[in-house]
Amino acid sequence: MDKVMRLASEKGVVIFSKSSCCLSYAVQVLFQDLGVNPKIHEIDKDPECREIEKALMRLGCSKPVPAVFIGGKLVGSTNEVMSMHLSSSLVPLVKPYLC
Amino acid sequence: MNSTSTHFVPPRRVGIYEPLHQMGMWGDSFKSNITNGNMNTPSHIIIPNNQKLDNNLSEDTSHGTAGTPHMFDQEASTSRNPDKIQRRLEQNSEAARKSGLSKKAYVQQLETSRLKLIQLEQELDRARQQGFYVGNGIDTNPLGFSETMNPGIAAFEMEYGHWVEEQNRQICELRAVLHGHVNDIELRMLVENAMKHYFELFKMKSTAAKADVFFVMSGMWKTSAERFFIWIGGFRPSDLLKVLLPHFDVLTDQQILDVCSLRQSCQQAEDALTQGMEKLQHTLADCVAAGQLGEGSYIPQVNSAMERLEALVSFVNQADHLRHETLQQMYRILTMRQAARGLLALGEYFQRLRALSSSWATRHREPT
Repeated sequence: MDKVMRLASEKGVVIFSKSSCCLSYAVQVLFQDLGVNPKIHEIDKDPECREIEKALMRLGCSKPVPAVFIGGKLVGSTNEVMSMHLSSSLVPLVKPYLC
Repeated sequence: MNSTSTHFVPPRRVGIYEPLHQMGMWGDSFKSNITNGNMNTPSHIIIPNNQKLDNNLSEDTSHGTAGTPHMFDQEASTSRNPDKIQRRLEQNSEAARKSGLSKKAYVQQLETSRLKLIQLEQELDRARQQGFYVGNGIDTNPLGFSETMNPGIAAFEMEYGHWVEEQNRQICELRAVLHGHVNDIELRMLVENAMKHYFELFKMKSTAAKADVFFVMSGMWKTSAERFFIWIGGFRPSDLLKVLLPHFDVLTDQQILDVCSLRQSCQQAEDALTQGMEKLQHTLADCVAAGQLGEGSYIPQVNSAMERLEALVSFVNQADHLRHETLQQMYRILTMRQAARGLLALGEYFQRLRALSSSWATRHREPT
């Protein structure tokens, strides 16, 4: 979906979340801890919430939120972010986008 | 009625009824007076009371204490009616018989209860040894843990019992192998089995979390000392590293770098999840407290609250995923032999915690 890709490229690190989703919040905290200020899109506040959800699922997310994009590319959900961080592959990825 | 019952008051109330106690003494003198034919001054006080006592005593024989009242009674009746004495004697013995019977039945009941209690204590001990949760939770039956909990949890508890047995067996094997000589293939197999065993537990927990997330979250299946260290339904990944790291003899420079990096990223991931959990607690608290408190009404947005609780399942799964990844990374960084030593150390650490729980539990039960 164009809107999703457009939103995903708005900043180096973009997180699609929902205002009620605390796991999305955890992911946001992690990036902030790494020195990155991610752009948060709370899709439940977007009128096209359903379409965005469907688009994210179509891109390969098992659940719509949290969906993390780095450099405009989909990295995955909480699992992928955590695995990457523990295997030391997350930090190099966000290096260009540090504050 | 009152004057009668005062004869049966317990010792501590005697003070109030001192005069009546003295009536007993007068009763003696009354008796002697009769035999002596000497009705002295006290008796004219006694006689009206006697009449009252006479009638009331016949109704109160079931409270029977052989003593002053009856003697009084007998003295009073002797002077009037031998048949009355006979009737009263019969009533007394019947009452004694009845109370004797109920006493026997009561004692029998006590004996049965005592046997049952011994049985239950033995069951408890067995369960504790196997590392089952046997506690005093308000919403869990400490003795009937399998029967009263939901089937998903009952199944998990049984599986966990087997998991611990297998864990203990693997620990023994690792110990034996590390103290002797072992070929690489066998070592790799042992290490990989041990890793898989932990991953099995995470799968079991995931299933159990769907049945009862609070049960998994609070580590109810663990022993008390283990539960003290609980973090989102299990051990802290950073604790795992803290326990393991001192046990590695020689680490290469690269290994040292990798381990430091893992420690930091593990801590960061843990902190992020902890903060997510705190946010969940706050939002749930807000949800429950919403609306008018004090009106005796239920949660106005109960659906919203339920949705928040659903999120708990995700958190438990995420925490287990973090544990999984931490173990996986340690396996990647260490040599096979180091990994074996690490898994042995970790296993023994949990064994010690379980043993500590048992010691603590028995210490509590010793009479002081």
